[in-house]
Amino acid sequence: MSKPIAKPKRKNPLERTREPLLPPAPRSRTAHGLTRAAAEGRFAIQRCAECHAFTYPPRDACPRCLSDRLPFVDAPTGGVLAALTTVHVTADSYFRERLPWRTGIVTLDCGPQAIAHVHGDCAEGERVNMSLQLDRGGQAALFANPISRTPDMQDDLQWREMTADPNQRRVLITDGRNPVGQALAKTLAEAGAREIFVGVGEQWKPFPNEEALRQIGGVKIVPLDLTDERSVADLATDIGAKVDILINTTDHIRPGHLFDAGATLRIGETMEQTLFGAMRLARAFAPVMIARGADGRHGAAAWVNLLSVHALANLPALGSLSVSHAACLSLSHWLRAELARGGVKLMNAFSGPLDTEWFQTLPPPKVAPAALATAVVDGLRRGLEEVYVGDVANDIKTRLTANPKALEREIGQ
Amino acid sequence: MNGTGAAKSKRQSYDGVVATVPVTVPYQRYSIESGQWWIGRALRALADGAGISHRDFDGFSVASFSIAPDSAVGLTQHFGLSPRWLDTIPMGGVSGILSLRRAARAVQAGDADIVACVAGDTNHVDTFRKTLSNFSRFAQDAVYPYGAGGPNASFALIARNYMKQFGARREDFGKLCVAQRDNALRNPHALMKKPLTLDQYLAARPIAEPIHLFDCVMPCAGAEAFLVMREETARALALPAAKILSTIERHNAFAEDPIQVRGGWAQDAGELYAMAGIAPADIDVVQTYDDYPVISMMQFEDLGFCEKGEGPDFVRKHSFTINGSFPHNTSGGQLSVGQAGAAGGHLGIVECMRQVIKIAGPTQIDGARIGLASGFGMINYDRGLSAGAVIFAGDRA
Repeated sequence: MSKPIAKPKRKNPLERTREPLLPPAPRSRTAHGLTRAAAEGRFAIQRCAECHAFTYPPRDACPRCLSDRLPFVDAPTGGVLAALTTVHVTADSYFRERLPWRTGIVTLDCGPQAIAHVHGDCAEGERVNMSLQLDRGGQAALFANPISRTPDMQDDLQWREMTADPNQRRVLITDGRNPVGQALAKTLAEAGAREIFVGVGEQWKPFPNEEALRQIGGVKIVPLDLTDERSVADLATDIGAKVDILINTTDHIRPGHLFDAGATLRIGETMEQTLFGAMRLARAFAPVMIARGADGRHGAAAWVNLLSVHALANLPALGSLSVSHAACLSLSHWLRAELARGGVKLMNAFSGPLDTEWFQTLPPPKVAPAALATAVVDGLRRGLEEVYVGDVANDIKTRLTANPKALEREIGQ
Repeated sequence: MNGTGAAKSKRQSYDGVVATVPVTVPYQRYSIESGQWWIGRALRALADGAGISHRDFDGFSVASFSIAPDSAVGLTQHFGLSPRWLDTIPMGGVSGILSLRRAARAVQAGDADIVACVAGDTNHVDTFRKTLSNFSRFAQDAVYPYGAGGPNASFALIARNYMKQFGARREDFGKLCVAQRDNALRNPHALMKKPLTLDQYLAARPIAEPIHLFDCVMPCAGAEAFLVMREETARALALPAAKILSTIERHNAFAEDPIQVRGGWAQDAGELYAMAGIAPADIDVVQTYDDYPVISMMQFEDLGFCEKGEGPDFVRKHSFTINGSFPHNTSGGQLSVGQAGAAGGHLGIVECMRQVIKIAGPTQIDGARIGLASGFGMINYDRGLSAGAVIFAGDRA
């Protein structure tokens, strides 16, 4: 049975903060087929396109027929934990700090034998449910879980290394005026977040549902204006070392045509708010998060960006938002590489138009702020890197994979 | 296996080929020297033992994990050799058997007259960790990132499964370890010098359950070597030698077994004994590859000393000591002598040669006419892929 995570004790200021260490990172290029699936929360291994046999570990030729057509495809997640061991001695410093460590060999229902991390509630000889997780080094790893929920199973320490569960963690949400920010505060409180800092600029200006936001357990309204370098730096000085999960909810949606008078100015304003805002945030908060990647067992864990799915494919009706979020997406890849040093994950949650006033002119389907908040918390609990929320986001993603040129032509019509 | 439908070819005998001058460069727990240094010491010991110059070795076969960035070619210049036959066997615990097999055929075919088969490795403080993380692509992708427990964790899973399936107990594994320690106390080269009791074995700290401290070999630096030549060459040099009655090797056998319960020996042991013209009961002394006692137990079955699954009972029936029944790993084996990298696969071969030539000194058993030595190695992913064995006979066999 998993032990529930207790509220972490106040940190002894005389104690040295643990340096973040990472599990072994080298992988073959082929093995990164697993990374892609893990980032999206899918369980995919190679299956021969000629003889249809599943194979693992990742190979460059099928051991049954020597075909080199070995795509990673979604595979059945069931298996049996054939043998289990608990490692007490290891050659690696990351694991050494986290011993004992359970690993086992799972006979997958689809055939191959898989060495995997094993959840504390799995017993030898029993059925398990496999998933692909991103470990603290950002590399894909197979994880064996119990087939049905067990009490507090999400608090298993090995599982927690693979995830960014908000339970007992402290979160910063950058924009409390945004209905998504408000929904996130509520969902995170329900998920057990210990403290929820919510940024609000120019606090003397009232905003809808302000009182409800202040009533949520653990919420603290803090001053934050992403367009102001000083404001961001001041907040980081104040609470930077307490932020385990940072969720950037800032957006800036102004419809308009490319040839409108003042369009350049408008894009500039959007960029100032979103791209440069994110950059100020990263420069102020990310270094502390990287340093705190192993601060206790529940230190800094994740950075989350909420992005429009039109960062991937420009929607003319929301041209400037699409441009600015495309830039934010590129920045997120830069930031992900930096955060990796501390074992801190970066998750991008892509959504279509939200059910909020700035998207008023766009047709349904739309994403309710509460649905986006739920998807973000789910992504953190599962340790994902990419989340697509709602029908529009999934539609764009699928069409982009199928034929980006067709999408480009059709999206403007 | 034989998909062409044609009859499998019959193995030719090794008539007229012998192995001689068994050499051990005494092991050290850690060494600041290089792999090349250890191989150099072994070559010198071979030349001294044979009473000839190392330049007379016209064949050279080397096994080592610690000679990078050198290849075998680089070593020829390093050591002043000019061989007309050169081989490198980067196959860990089975490299000794493979080296012997290849050298024997080269001598038989006239490609070389005297082949020096050498395995040597150094052990710097961080050598073992580096070897682990770079061992194989499958290990890098699918084993090492899962706790980095190394071979201990891999064999823990194999041992767990074997215990469950065949009723082996820790006491059974312990009996083999304790017997080998008894044997090792007679071997001045063994790194383990203190007696071991079954109680101590059982009380040892866990490494990766069910593997505990005394189930594990100690990585160290060292070298083992021997010469392969024609019988008449050995006679001319007045070198006592071991006849090679038969050998086998097999890689990636029984891939369909979900977890390893047998090695490649099980596939070829019949031919091993047929070629030697003997039965398992004719073997006087056995040196198994003992990276873990469960692997030795598996070999008792796969090499025909008992049936599959009877390993635990077989262990309960014998003493495995030098003066006892079924003398086994008489030098103390890797478990008590140490595992000197690739030389670990040569330790049993060299000891077996000494036994049948009757020059084993303090570890010599009485009446050792025929001996068997095996090799095993290369945990590429979830199991040891390579298995090999040799049967030696002394002159009067």
